[in-house]
Amino acid sequence: MTESQQQQDLRHDEVQAGTTTGLASPSVDVTNDRQNSLWSDAWKTLKRNPLFWIGSVFGVVFTLMAIAPQFFARGADPRSCDLANSRDTPSSEHWFGFDQQGCDYLANVVYGARSSLIIGVTAVLVVLLLGVVVGAVAGYFGGFTDGLLARIADIFYGLPLILGALVLLRVGPSTDIPIINTRGPGAVALALALFGWMTAMRLVRSQVIAVKSSDYVAAARAMGASSPRILVRHILPNAVAPVLVYATITIGVLIAAEATLTYLGVGLQRPAISWGLQIDAGQDLLRTAPHLVLFPSLILTLTVMAFIMMGDALRDALDPRQRA
Amino acid sequence: MTTLPSSTSSVRDGGATAPILSVEDLFVEFRTRENTVNAVNGISYTVSQGETLAILGESGSGKSVSAQAIMGILDMPPAVIPKGEIWFEGRNLLTLPEEEGRKVRGPGISMIFQDALSSLNPVYSVGFQIGEMFRAHRGSSKKEAKQHAVELMDRVRIPAAAQRVNDYPHQFSGGMRQRVMIAMAIALDPKILIADEPTTALDVTVQAQVMDLLKDLQRETGMGLVLITHDLGVVNEVADNVAVMYAGRIVERGTVDDVFTSPAHPYTEGLMNSVPNVEVKGGRLQPITGQPPNLSKIPSGCPFHPRCARRRLGADALPGRDCAGDRPPLRLVVPGREAACHYSEEVLGV
Amino acid sequence: MSEPTGATAASAAPDATDVESALPPAPPPGAPLLEIRGLKKYFPLTQGIVFKRTIGHVRAVDGVDLTLRRGETLGLVGESGCGKSTVSKLLVALEKPTDGSILYKGRDVAKMGGRALKQYRREVQIIFQDPYASLNPRMTVGDIVAEGWSVHADIAPRKGRLKRTQELMDRVGLNPDFVNRYPHQFSGGQRQRIGIARALALQPEIIVCDEPVSALDVSVQAQVVNLLEDLQDDFGLSYLFIAHDLSVVRHISDRVAVMYLGSVVEEGTDAQVYGSPSHPYTQALLSSVPLHEPHLRGQKDRILLQGDVPSPANPPSGCRFRTRCWKAQDICAVEPPALVDRGQGHPAACHFAEAREIVPVDVD
Repeated sequence: MTESQQQQDLRHDEVQAGTTTGLASPSVDVTNDRQNSLWSDAWKTLKRNPLFWIGSVFGVVFTLMAIAPQFFARGADPRSCDLANSRDTPSSEHWFGFDQQGCDYLANVVYGARSSLIIGVTAVLVVLLLGVVVGAVAGYFGGFTDGLLARIADIFYGLPLILGALVLLRVGPSTDIPIINTRGPGAVALALALFGWMTAMRLVRSQVIAVKSSDYVAAARAMGASSPRILVRHILPNAVAPVLVYATITIGVLIAAEATLTYLGVGLQRPAISWGLQIDAGQDLLRTAPHLVLFPSLILTLTVMAFIMMGDALRDALDPRQRA
Repeated sequence: MTTLPSSTSSVRDGGATAPILSVEDLFVEFRTRENTVNAVNGISYTVSQGETLAILGESGSGKSVSAQAIMGILDMPPAVIPKGEIWFEGRNLLTLPEEEGRKVRGPGISMIFQDALSSLNPVYSVGFQIGEMFRAHRGSSKKEAKQHAVELMDRVRIPAAAQRVNDYPHQFSGGMRQRVMIAMAIALDPKILIADEPTTALDVTVQAQVMDLLKDLQRETGMGLVLITHDLGVVNEVADNVAVMYAGRIVERGTVDDVFTSPAHPYTEGLMNSVPNVEVKGGRLQPITGQPPNLSKIPSGCPFHPRCARRRLGADALPGRDCAGDRPPLRLVVPGREAACHYSEEVLGV
Repeated sequence: MSEPTGATAASAAPDATDVESALPPAPPPGAPLLEIRGLKKYFPLTQGIVFKRTIGHVRAVDGVDLTLRRGETLGLVGESGCGKSTVSKLLVALEKPTDGSILYKGRDVAKMGGRALKQYRREVQIIFQDPYASLNPRMTVGDIVAEGWSVHADIAPRKGRLKRTQELMDRVGLNPDFVNRYPHQFSGGQRQRIGIARALALQPEIIVCDEPVSALDVSVQAQVVNLLEDLQDDFGLSYLFIAHDLSVVRHISDRVAVMYLGSVVEEGTDAQVYGSPSHPYTQALLSSVPLHEPHLRGQKDRILLQGDVPSPANPPSGCRFRTRCWKAQDICAVEPPALVDRGQGHPAACHFAEAREIVPVDVD
């Protein structure tokens, strides 16, 4: 009795699950054919978004520019300068003309991508690391720990990004703190990350708090799983989506911030090649040789926009409302 | 009352008056980029004055969608109504322009929903929200509207109505909130009240109180009550007639007494067999195997056939009545009963 | 009945040879396995942000006595706010009791040390109500079911885990080929089966079922109920079945306890509690259940309760039900009635307990 009824139930369930089709009619398939993780579902949505493609095309172009600038510079060397060419306007041979020193401007702008991208990506990685760790700890353990960490974040929030980084970079060289006391890209990246990690922390913290009370976390805890296991296996994978969107957008924001700091004189110093330095050098010649400010500004804007667009597209793709 | 076109339904319960609401051959689809969901596939029903019609179905049967189509609250893309008519007070609601549709529907047809907490605005007092019905549709002053609100709260048996009229939704319990929603729904004396799973989120003692209230209100006002639910017990205790829905179609229709005592469709039969009893422990339950169909891939022939214990395929089937190939129409099986099954007579045992 | 293969089979499993069990073996079928005495759980109500002051307590569970015997199903019914969900969380050690004791195989859970507690967590599993929230959406079904084996490494050797996962999936009625799919690709009923497979993986003695079928369609509920019953027969499991649907509880339970505002008001076999309810609340509860057979319509006594459930932060003195009870007298406000048999054959917590047939005793 029980056995055959059970078997019948099981077989019918198998059929419904879409495997064996003992029926003449097209089977009712309630589950999909392929494995579909939520990430692959998000990827499908992402692929359909034109913003994503525009942004990533630009992003890829600029990343390649940073990795292999020689191809984009058409073989020119940014440092081989001839004063005879000073401030020459763009021509078919030299698309961006020449700068004050007579160096090929296309080459300089292209090589500028490298430092900007390196600083932007490094800074964001540090932001992610700090944000995820501090946010996860604060959200998971709650109570006093959470209160303490949140207040620390609040203190940092009180210091504006540019102002804080500016002061740190200005004061840094006179201290003994490693990395900060140099004037290289590392210092700039660190300074930016130090005043920009708080939002990432808040995003992770609020997601962790939301996920913490889910039934599947309770199931893991009831089963005897340890806290680290729960955090890594259950909570973090479900909590990082918003912060990834934030991180993508922040790459663009921090690239712009680096250009700002360099323009203000506390970021990279000559002879480094940076868009900020180029804009700074070109601003006095705005009326006579506008191309000196135009080209680095244009490329800078496009780069920032590329990352913001990718981040926007990512946010739409990861929007939980669109998931079944 | 103006004359209505003849309804496609030939079923009338004993002593019913002419129908107030008549749904005819309604189809509703949801068209998304990936696929089309056929939520409602040709249903027709009528509601008369004083009648309680239960629409019984599980999730994915299309019962709520049809009610939302009547109320005009479907999001029109992605929802599309390719076919069908909804007749109310001599007008086809589906062809009315939006403003006029609102004017006709507003005072005439009301709906209450499952979750009262999310249907009430948390930042306005309960009295304000009930009063809004009068201010918006009858042009009442604020004072008059508040008076009406207190009267209504009394009528739905909220204790200390005069004191509680200024309270906010979160200050009420679940059952009380449901009563507030009922008060809003009956404020303008509607001819039809549609209750979409009104008791699913409530405790059983509160559920009994709310259903009692609805029945009493119906008796007082004579309005037609459409009760959308999946709870067989509620249907039995409250409804006169029942239409059983599956995969967007009505598969059986008749009086509750008839349908529940001797079902004419294997799905109804399966439902009755799979529900445990409270008055006796009973033997092993007999579930319906499988799960409800995917509405974007409804099976060919009879949509229930993959799960049907009585299905006949290929050589077993009578000509023109292959459960996998031929869709059974909703037909009169015995007087007063319609069923969409090729072999209803066998199910009934006649 | 063949020898049930429960957690006691651990000793027969090839892997658990030298791991000494921290808990004693299970008692014979029918003997008490889990005893709850005077269980209390109060949640503090706090005020203030930086320095929190406790201004009161929500008495979610306020003195609960229950006994679960080996191989039996104990049904726990009550409406929202009665504390049954909190009881389930206390039983799987997701919360710590404020007072009272949970004795498992004779040992107090609150006093269990590391190894014993870990074994307790293995032997007592839980199934949740919401099939959409109880599974990690970013883990495959196979990983979800097998996770217990990573936490309790001695149950299944790494090599055979995939096979065992597929066997479990088959056992609960899922296609074993879907072991790499994600939860959102399954229906509600199938997800609930995944949750059951997850619980079974650790070969438990007790499964706490917290409203396991409430969120499912009617036609699917019966499938899952049958599955649970079959598994109980095969593995000798004991269930604490918590639900608000009185019909389902009667069907699956051997004994039933009724809770109101944090404590048990009546307890007995299903025939006793449903056939001759003695506590006014049980009577009111049963009278509200709508029957689905037309010929039984109108055959039930109708009792309509007045008022709302009092707040668990401020329960009435004496008998908690007195504010809504038609039998309330002065003594009810003074002396809380004990849960004892007052002549009806099963315990009821009412000074004026009186058996009354509410639900028609229908011999079909």
